[in-house]
Amino acid sequence: MRIPLGRKIVTYFLLSTAALLVFMPTLMAVVMSFMTNQDIMTGSFPSAFSLDNYRRAFEQFSLMHYVINSLFVSIIIMIGQLVLSSLAAYAFVFLEFKGRDFLFYLFIATMMVPFEASIIPNFHTIRDLGWIDQYTGLTVPFFAMAFGTFLLRQNFKQIPKELREASQIAGMGEVKFYLTVVLPVAKTSLITLGVYGFLTSWNMYLWPLLATTNDSVRTVQIGLRQLQSQEQMNDWGMIMSGAVIVIIPTLILLFLGQKKLQRGLTEGALK
Amino acid sequence: MTEAAATLSQEDYILFEQTKRKHRYKQFIKGMLFLLPSIVLFSVFLFYPLLRTIYLSFFLTDASGAPTVFIGWDNFVTLFQSSIFQQSIKSTFLFVLYTVPLTIVVSLFLAIIANEKLRGIGFFRTIFSSGMGISVAAASVFWLYLFHPTIGFLNIILDTFRLEKISWLTDPSWALIAISVTTIWMNIGFTFLILLGGLQSMDKYLYESADVDGAGYFYKLRRITIPMLSPTLFFVVTVTIINAFQTFGQVDILTQGGPQNATNFIVYSIYREAFTNYQFGSASAQAIILFIIILIMTIIQFKLGERKVHYQ
Amino acid sequence: MSYIELTDITKSYHAGKNILEKINFTIEKGEFFVLVGPSGSGKSTLLRMIAGLENVTDGILKMNQKIVNHLPPKDRNLSMVFQNYALYPHLSVEQNILFGLQAKKVSKKEQKKRLKETAEMMGLSDFLDRKPRQLSGGQRQRVALARAVVSEAPLCLMDEPLSNLDAKLRAQMRVEIRRLQKQLGLTLIYVTHDQVEAMTMGDRIMVLNDGEIQQVGKPITLYNEPANLFVASFIGSPKMNIGKAEVKNTSCFLINNTLSFPVGPILQEALKEHKDIVVGIRPEHIQPTTHHEATHSLEVVNVEQLGNETTLAFDVDGELWTAKWPGQWDIMAGHQLKVYISEEHLSFFDAQTKQLVRPASFNSQEEVQAI
Repeated sequence: MRIPLGRKIVTYFLLSTAALLVFMPTLMAVVMSFMTNQDIMTGSFPSAFSLDNYRRAFEQFSLMHYVINSLFVSIIIMIGQLVLSSLAAYAFVFLEFKGRDFLFYLFIATMMVPFEASIIPNFHTIRDLGWIDQYTGLTVPFFAMAFGTFLLRQNFKQIPKELREASQIAGMGEVKFYLTVVLPVAKTSLITLGVYGFLTSWNMYLWPLLATTNDSVRTVQIGLRQLQSQEQMNDWGMIMSGAVIVIIPTLILLFLGQKKLQRGLTEGALK
Repeated sequence: MTEAAATLSQEDYILFEQTKRKHRYKQFIKGMLFLLPSIVLFSVFLFYPLLRTIYLSFFLTDASGAPTVFIGWDNFVTLFQSSIFQQSIKSTFLFVLYTVPLTIVVSLFLAIIANEKLRGIGFFRTIFSSGMGISVAAASVFWLYLFHPTIGFLNIILDTFRLEKISWLTDPSWALIAISVTTIWMNIGFTFLILLGGLQSMDKYLYESADVDGAGYFYKLRRITIPMLSPTLFFVVTVTIINAFQTFGQVDILTQGGPQNATNFIVYSIYREAFTNYQFGSASAQAIILFIIILIMTIIQFKLGERKVHYQ
Repeated sequence: MSYIELTDITKSYHAGKNILEKINFTIEKGEFFVLVGPSGSGKSTLLRMIAGLENVTDGILKMNQKIVNHLPPKDRNLSMVFQNYALYPHLSVEQNILFGLQAKKVSKKEQKKRLKETAEMMGLSDFLDRKPRQLSGGQRQRVALARAVVSEAPLCLMDEPLSNLDAKLRAQMRVEIRRLQKQLGLTLIYVTHDQVEAMTMGDRIMVLNDGEIQQVGKPITLYNEPANLFVASFIGSPKMNIGKAEVKNTSCFLINNTLSFPVGPILQEALKEHKDIVVGIRPEHIQPTTHHEATHSLEVVNVEQLGNETTLAFDVDGELWTAKWPGQWDIMAGHQLKVYISEEHLSFFDAQTKQLVRPASFNSQEEVQAI
């Protein structure tokens, strides 16, 4: 149907205003990251374009180190979640065995336990395992994921069970079927879940704060907190350049995968 | 057919039963192997901690977190008598009240205007969902600047209109609002994306049939869009509430629970009690209270959520 | 000895009602055996039990004289074609065809050879690189068949393989499957709900309803001598006309209070033990009066001109009966029409047991013409 011109103008106006308001804080941060501190402190419009803030963030402040830590941690968590969720989802969809329903309810139950409510013993566990300031401590606790299992279960259920039966008649085992049929067929939702897992791991805050005491494995989010608390009041340009570096990978991922993510999240959540 | 074929011999019968049992056993082992990694990790990092938290909540602990003296319900009793904790609960609920409705209303508005089929709509959708890609730490830093008393953008604007500057983060009556604004801004991306998904999955024939009947824009919005969107809306509301109860990062960076505990929300309170004051028993009791609140929210979602499936 | 023997096969889930109740039949080597019945009759379950995809609750399943109840599907040496074809969407046609051979670790050389033969036979040589979604319905169907052919398993099971195709393609594939089966000497068990498919394809047909065998036999036998009312109305299109018969006196009986027929002495004897009788007559046996004297007069309520034949609907005391006349007839609805119905074309059933009492007694040589 054609949209009348009047309504089109109104809609564009609303869209633009809303976009400006929503994007303003980010936009300002980006602009500030290229401004001199002189300009920032006087609250004037940028008088010069400078990469100085970024240079300092990388040189004085080991931003690159944090970024690499974060990348590493996020990718490990993402892979761990994909493997564990897809294995569990496979069992719930393609295997029939005693106790399956009970286990499924157990998985549902895990969604009712907020991570924040169990951080104290978790912190102790990590400490006792000697996993403080270790990649293991930052990643392993997040491998098992009920949401991911449900999302993939929904998707696996759409694979006709005749595919499994045909492979049974051909004499193909479970593991081979999982690897050569289920995973390739469910590629799209695996990507969706991967993107989601990466985004959430990259943005994780409370746990890395507790599980790191020094810079060795500290993630970029906590690095940003350090930067902000150390440099408060005087070096806004550098803080903003750090913040911009933090959001670039996730924003790129989001822009690339927005449609898929939207469909994936809605599916996992609502069905 | 011979007579012999029609009767099953004893050995055959035993063989069948054995293979059946063996098959079931094999299926069980296979299932467990596929689920084992998840089960182990859930046990270690979810079920055990939950039980341990309950256990700890009845004890006093030493600085390393080991339980020392059993004190029964004392941790809970002390908590509910403590004005700091009462303040914390009050702030948390106020925060939920400020953030949830506004997040939903704003996101819904954005989703509706971004659901039009216009040129360049993809650009706007990307902008509106951008919040999802911005971490708590980065978002808090952005707003830390905006709320800055002298060079902050908000006060600069107030200044240009000759209005009095506001101590956004240090005035007890403004800090909660400042944190709420930050949170709403952060959550819009996710809620927008989900609501837009809900809108897009709607049957366009409903609208075409309404067009044939001559229904106006707002009539369609009120009579078709909102009712049809209600399952999605319901989901988004519960998720937003649960998220609000789990708020931590904004507080840690913007206010550290202050001023005068005005933003000492429950998770921050747990964090402070456990990792600054080393009162693990009392912190565990607070964690249990948080758990119960979230549990109730989740149960409500499941119970009511079951109903919504029917009219989808 | 028979190739496949089912003895007292029973299936139930959760100790409840039996889905299949004491099924007994045998299938010979090289036979095209059709399982037909309405949905929910248990025909697919039966097929899946033969395949090994469902457990046998009770009874004995034998293949090649060996009991196979406990064997997993892969050890039963069979192939299966599914209704939705079960093609792997991420694999090419070639990979789909070779899927089973790779799982069974057949040598590469042998795989190549069989692929070439099969692809040529099925006319798929030009599509080997395509993905299933790039194929038409008929081509997908062929890939599914090719997968069965390439396995060289002597037994092939098909579960409604044609129901996703349009009518024209279905007719064509019927012929192709039939020809393939004869060419390869396959033993084929074919499940369908479509009686036309069953009649046109099967060497023998088994009609199943509510988990019980209704009748097993050659298509013509099922048509001419249906064992009970269910088979009578299930086989044949348009379906057999059914009416209640009432013996008025010693010399005549009345169907649906309208059509009267004389009763011969033999018939009288046969009908004596049955209280209520139901009579069936095939639509083609309500005939025009061109070669015969009119016996009855019926009210026409609808006329369907099909070009090569004409279908008439009559109102027989509230029940709709149909007649099928070859050629074109200019008849108006609403008229009374004189027809010829011979008493020897009537089949008699017991109304209580629904079993056949006496089949139509015409000489079958008249109908089935041997050349």
